[in-house]
Amino acid sequence: MWPDFLDSESVPLRSNVAGCRVLADAHHWTAAADALREAGASLLSLWGSDDRDVDRCFRIRAAYLLPDRVLVIEHAMPAERAVYPSLVPGFPVADRMQRAVHDLLGIRADGGDTRPWLRHGGWPEKVFPLRRDVSSAQTYPIVSVPYPFVPVIGEGVHEVAVGPVHAGVIEPGRFHISVVGEKALRLEERLGYTHKGVAKRFESFAQRDGHRLAARVSGDSTVAFGWAYCAALESITATTLSPRAVALRALALERERIANHLGDLGAIGNDAGFGFGLTQFSSLKEQLLRHNSEVFGQRYLFDFVVPGGVACDLSVRAIPTLLDKIAMLERAVHELRSIYANHEGLQDRFLGAGRLTPDQAQTLGAIGLAARASGIARDLRVDQPWTPYDNLAPVLATRTEGDVAARVQLRFDETLESLRLCRQLLDTLPQGELCAEPPMAPAGQLGLGLIEGWRGPVMVALETGPEGRIRRCHPHDPSWQNWPLIEVALLGNIVPDFPLINKSFNLSYSGHDG
Amino acid sequence: MNALALLSQLGGAVLAVALAPVLAGWVAQCRAWLQNRSAPPLLQPYRSLRKLFRKDAALATYASPLFRATPYVVFGTMAMAAAIIPSVTTDLPMARVADAIALVGLFATARVFMALAAMDIGTVFGSMGARREMMIGFLAEPALLMVLFNAFLMFGSTALPTVVEDILNTKGLMLQPSLAFAGVAFVMVLLAENARIPIDNPATHLEVTMIHEAMLLEYSARHLALMEWASWLKLFNYACIGFALFVPWGIALHANGPLALLFAVAWLAAKLVVAGAVLAVIETVSAKLRIFRAPEFLSMAFLLAVLGLLVHLLLQS
Repeated sequence: MWPDFLDSESVPLRSNVAGCRVLADAHHWTAAADALREAGASLLSLWGSDDRDVDRCFRIRAAYLLPDRVLVIEHAMPAERAVYPSLVPGFPVADRMQRAVHDLLGIRADGGDTRPWLRHGGWPEKVFPLRRDVSSAQTYPIVSVPYPFVPVIGEGVHEVAVGPVHAGVIEPGRFHISVVGEKALRLEERLGYTHKGVAKRFESFAQRDGHRLAARVSGDSTVAFGWAYCAALESITATTLSPRAVALRALALERERIANHLGDLGAIGNDAGFGFGLTQFSSLKEQLLRHNSEVFGQRYLFDFVVPGGVACDLSVRAIPTLLDKIAMLERAVHELRSIYANHEGLQDRFLGAGRLTPDQAQTLGAIGLAARASGIARDLRVDQPWTPYDNLAPVLATRTEGDVAARVQLRFDETLESLRLCRQLLDTLPQGELCAEPPMAPAGQLGLGLIEGWRGPVMVALETGPEGRIRRCHPHDPSWQNWPLIEVALLGNIVPDFPLINKSFNLSYSGHDG
Repeated sequence: MNALALLSQLGGAVLAVALAPVLAGWVAQCRAWLQNRSAPPLLQPYRSLRKLFRKDAALATYASPLFRATPYVVFGTMAMAAAIIPSVTTDLPMARVADAIALVGLFATARVFMALAAMDIGTVFGSMGARREMMIGFLAEPALLMVLFNAFLMFGSTALPTVVEDILNTKGLMLQPSLAFAGVAFVMVLLAENARIPIDNPATHLEVTMIHEAMLLEYSARHLALMEWASWLKLFNYACIGFALFVPWGIALHANGPLALLFAVAWLAAKLVVAGAVLAVIETVSAKLRIFRAPEFLSMAFLLAVLGLLVHLLLQS
C-alpha cells in the first residue's frame, strides 16, 4: 500500500532525472521503506551527514530507485540519540551501507550487523572522521583490528583466504571462502582497504572543482562520476547545457562503456584459460584508448566532463576517423563474438557458472549490468532518459540466465549498442558552445546526479555550502549493491571458478571503499 | 659397456638439461605469435634462471629441511630421467637397470616430494595445489603406463632403448593402428603432466585456479630456479619419450659411430621445433577445463591407451 505522506509531504528533488524528497520521522522512514519495497523499488544509496552545527541533528538519507523516478527519504535525529530504524529487513543491501555510515559518522541503525566495514584500524573506534568537529588533518596510529569472519564448522570444512593483496595488479579486497574439497560452501567478503576519505575531502573543495575529485572515485568510471557530479551541480544552479556539450558527454560515456566492456570480455576469456581472447580484446581496447587520447587528449577521458559542459571540442576532421574506427570495432567485436560462441571449452566454463537467479537478484537488490544479466530489465538510459538519451532511444539488453555466459553476452550486446549510439551521436552532432560555467549555487541546496555508467547507476548527491563551497558530497558506486551478489553467485561452485565468476561481475574496490 | 657409451649417456643428460629452457622459450614464443603478441626472446628462460640464481633465497619461518631439499631432489630425478631416455642414442648402459617403469617411478618420486614440500609451509594455496597435483597424478600415471605397455607388448621389452632399436630395425612396423591410439593418449597425458592448458594454465596469476604453480608459490631464488628448470626438463623428457615411441627416426643406434650422434642431435632439434609449435597450437586453441573435467580428460587418455592394447591383441590373433 502506498502511504499518502509519500505524495503529500514530498518536495521536488533537484536532479537530472525525475524525483522528489520526503522528510520523514522514524515511523515514516520505516513505512516508506516497506511501501517502496512493495512497489519494487531498489535501494540506490544510503548516506548520512552531520548537521549539528545547523540544527543539532544528524541526518540519514536513503535514495530509492523506482522505474520512473528517484525518491530521497530524509530522516533527522537529535545528536544525543543518533539511531535510526534499520533498512535491512526490507533491503538486505543496506547492511554494509549502514555499517559504513556508522564508521564514518557514528550514527547507528537499530539492527543488523555491527562489525566495522570501512574502519580497518586507521582511526580509533570512538572517532568518526566525517563529523564536522573532526579535522581531516588529524592522523592516528594504525592499529590492526581483528575482524570476526563468520565461521563455518563441519567435517572436512576448511577455509581458503584470498587477499587482500592479490597476485595480479589489481585492487585489494579479502575473500574468505569456506570449502569442502573444491566446493565453496560460503564466501564472505571484506572490503574497505582502499578507503581514502573521499567524502571528507570533498568538503574542502569548491563546487566548481569538485568534479575533478568525483572523476577519481573510481577511475574506470571517470566519465560517469564526473557527469553525475556535474549533473547534481547543474540541477541545483538550473544550468542548461548546449546540445553539443551533452552530445559530447554522451559520446564520452559510451566510449567509456565500450572500453570497459572490451577489457572485461578479454579478461573473462583469460580467466577461463583462453589467452587469445585477452590479447585480441586488449588490443581493441588499447586502440580505442589511443584514439581517445588523440581526439580528446585523455586516454580514460579524465576531466573531460566539466561543470557547464565539456573540456574540449571534437574537430570536424576527427569525425570521419572516429566513424571508421567504430565500423572497424563493430566488425572485430562481431568476429570475436562468434569465436567465443563457437568455442566449446570456453562455453563449458561460462554456462551455468556463478549463476544468480532473477529471484536472488531481486531479493538482494542487484542493479546495473549484473541485474540485467539476471532478468531485471532496468537501465536508466532507457527507463528515465536524461538529455541526450531521450533522443537517442537506446535499446535495452537483458538476459535471464544470470550466469557468467549471460554476463558475457550482455557485454557483447551493450558494446554493439554503444557503438551504434556513438555513430548516431557523431552523425547528428549539433552545434553549440562547449561550456557555460554555472553560477555559484546558494548554500544548503541538495542536488542529485544519476548516470548509468558501465557497471550500473552512478550517483552523486551534492549539498552546497556558503561561498561556492561543498557542504557534503556523497558519491555512490553501483558496486555497493553488487559485491554481495558474488557471495551468493559462488555458492555451490568450485573454488577454481571463483576468479572467473568474480571477473564476470568486475566490480570496483575503490568506488565502493570511497 | 665402453667409455664412449658412458660418455654419450652422460652427454644426453647434459644436453637435456641445457636444452630444456630453449624448448620452454620456444613454446612461449610460438604461443605469443599465435595470440598476436610480440614474443619474448627465445633465450628468456636462461635469463630468468640467471636472475633467480643471483638472488638471495627467502624461506618461510617454519620451512623444514624437506622444503629446502625438494628442489634438489626434483631437479635430480628429472636429470636422471633424462639420462635413461634414448633421446640421442640407444647406447645407454644404465638403461638396462632402469627401464620405462622405473622412469614412471622417477616422475612419481618428484611429484611426491613436490606435494610434500608444498604442504610443508602450511599455506592454503600450497596444500590446494598439492591436493590437485595428486589427483592429476594418480589419473595420469596409469594412462602413461598403458601407453608404454602398448610398446612393450609389441616389442617384448620394457627398456626404451630396446624398443627404439626394434622399431628402427623393423621397417614399416610403424603403421600399427594401436600406436595411433597410444599416440593420442600420450599427448593427453603430456598436457596434464606438464601443467599445460587445458588442465592447468602455466601463465596464470590466480592462485585459486593453480595446480603446478600453486606448489611453487613459496619458493624463491635458487630454489625457484631449480623447480622451474625441473619442470622445463620434465617437458623435455616427455617430448623425448614421445619421440622414442612414435617418431624414433634419427636416434643413433648402438652400432652407429660417433658421427651418427651429431646427426641425432640435429634430428632431435628439428623434432623439438615441431613438437613445441604443435604444443603451442593446442594451448592456444583450447580453454582451460573446469578442474573436475580433468578426470574425464585423463580417463579418456587411459581408455585410448587400453583400446590400443586391445587392437594390438586382436590384430595379432
